[in-house]
Amino acid sequence: MTDATEDIPEVDYVSGTGVPIRGNDIDTDQIIPARFMKVVTFDGLGEFAFFDLRFDDDDNQKDHPFNEERFQDANVVVVNNNFGCGSSREHAPQALMRWGIDAIIGEGFAEIFAGNCLALGIPTVTADHETINALQQWVDDNPNEEIEVDVETETVSYGGNEIGVSVDNAQRQALVEGIWDTTALMKSNRNAIAETAASVPYVEQTRAEFETDD
Amino acid sequence: MSSGTLYDKVWDRHKVTTLPNGQDQLFVGLHLIHEVTSPQAFGMLKERGLDVARPDLTHATVDHIVPTANQDRPYADDAAETMMAELEENVRDAGIQFSDPTTGDQGIVHVIGPEQGITQPGKTIVCGDSHTSTHGAFGALAFGIGTSQIRDVLATQTIAMEKQQVRKIEVDGELGEGVEAKDIILEIIRRLGTEGGVGYVYEYAGEAIEDLGMEGRMSICNMSIEGGARAGYVNPDETTYEWLAETDYFRDRPEKFDDLKPYWDSIRSDEDAEYDDIVRIDASELDPVVTWGTTPGQGIGIDDPIPAPEALDEDKQDTARRAQEHMRVEPGETMNGYDIDVAFLGSCTNARLPDLRRAARIVKGREVHDDVRAMVVPGSQRVQKAAKAEGLKDIFEAAGFDWRNAGCSMCLGMNEDQLEGEEACASSSNRNFVGRQGSKDGRTVLMNPRMVAAAAITGEVSDVRELKEVNLA
Repeated sequence: MTDATEDIPEVDYVSGTGVPIRGNDIDTDQIIPARFMKVVTFDGLGEFAFFDLRFDDDDNQKDHPFNEERFQDANVVVVNNNFGCGSSREHAPQALMRWGIDAIIGEGFAEIFAGNCLALGIPTVTADHETINALQQWVDDNPNEEIEVDVETETVSYGGNEIGVSVDNAQRQALVEGIWDTTALMKSNRNAIAETAASVPYVEQTRAEFETDD
Repeated sequence: MSSGTLYDKVWDRHKVTTLPNGQDQLFVGLHLIHEVTSPQAFGMLKERGLDVARPDLTHATVDHIVPTANQDRPYADDAAETMMAELEENVRDAGIQFSDPTTGDQGIVHVIGPEQGITQPGKTIVCGDSHTSTHGAFGALAFGIGTSQIRDVLATQTIAMEKQQVRKIEVDGELGEGVEAKDIILEIIRRLGTEGGVGYVYEYAGEAIEDLGMEGRMSICNMSIEGGARAGYVNPDETTYEWLAETDYFRDRPEKFDDLKPYWDSIRSDEDAEYDDIVRIDASELDPVVTWGTTPGQGIGIDDPIPAPEALDEDKQDTARRAQEHMRVEPGETMNGYDIDVAFLGSCTNARLPDLRRAARIVKGREVHDDVRAMVVPGSQRVQKAAKAEGLKDIFEAAGFDWRNAGCSMCLGMNEDQLEGEEACASSSNRNFVGRQGSKDGRTVLMNPRMVAAAAITGEVSDVRELKEVNLA
């Protein structure tokens, strides 16, 4: 149970077709409205991704890339700035992941959202406005063509182009080395945790189980 | 890189080690949990055969889905009942203290932590809720986390984080009549942008911040995340200590207070601390701020014209156009006079006792407008009880407000309290996102609690300074 490297896949490379989601400040209430969070598991959240942008009051489909037939197999979403702002709900990246998304390329991401993506092994890589616009246009024109996201070399390749993108250092290392699920890794530092707990003045007791737990 | 700030000091004190990916592993002093974001984390723990490492440093409440009208069990909403039952089972199995509605201590997670005195200076505090930044008002390092991170914290009482930059926001000058902490933070977000704080922690300082009580400081820190900053804090001072001394945690244990005070003093940012950025704001120039759009950064003074999208930075134009269409407002208009259907006085931003008191001074002796349904949702059972004891409940009810039980309520519409259709809401909450209050066509105007009271009375967004306050005493 404490093997810190158990079964966590390395995510150094993601490839697949793309889907553009345009607009800055797309908040997590848009990605998954709160009413779909009245659940105790993440199962089945995929169908509710962008729900209110995809369906009207009578459940008729509205214009939205996630409704378009040509994007149904997409696994790389291309977004603009401050994507995932607002609520910390992990339900948002869970919904995207369960819809089929494996990587996100954008101008910028809200921090909690990016952290939640990392915890699911989903890279959030960034490039400037012009680069993203061009990529979104290309995806629109080429819905069946592959995009390759190379997390390790921080490049994205599509249609014969290779563009430089940025991946946060810690994110890159965590994904590439397969240490993005941090539970076992952090638990293995139990002695250091106990020492820190003992040194923080407000912590009233150091639990015995921390020293003895294996 | 910053140095000598509260952020640097608290970070260093809680750093367990540096992980192989370069992130730091931080010890968590207080883990707050609630019913919406924790059940999946408990599920993951079970799957992996792990126990809760420090139930003694974990505290639960129920707030997001709890009904605010009829709270009889089982809840009328099956989904809400299931979530509550799941939380009850999880906390019972793990031995986690639970401020459930039968205790009289229940409330919004960011209201009850400070009330009970478990929110303290120099603590690291996490919760699966983005408004955890609220607790920074006490000089804690507090931030929202996702469910996988909740799993990490439950299993290890630590979290993997990267250190951020520190931006000092110095708010000087004296607030004018009718202008509050809420207006300061809305102005900060307007100026710096909803994404301006990404990569930063905000330190709020300056005389206007020092002059605020703890509730006002909480309102400001609460909305740090709306400006993109995952955490915000105020250095602890005498105001902080006075609050702490009155809490459950310290009231009967003055020796504990004396033990910890040197630590609290020591983590204050040094006089010569270095910041990555400093921003200055003059509080005396502020009017009450209201939002005209669908992000908290789209705010203006009550009599200022709504901006034309093309007059904004290019990256803000598209969002502004869509927002104006949704809100049905035109550039050049002011928000003063914007018709409202609902007045919501509640949320972790503005539903503490002084918030209700100030609003009651506007409401007393007046009546809610015929076209408005108005509700008060106290932030906690304790706030509710205290407000009732000093007559605020009677004042609100006499005016026609619905007086509810504590919870998140219409801030995010996860219980029965929701906007319907295209209703417009004057709201003391923190987010005006499309659909946020339960109706995808609903329209939210964020404002301070006195402004909500004024709007409830007049039926439109109004300048509270034009309504005479009534002395409650």
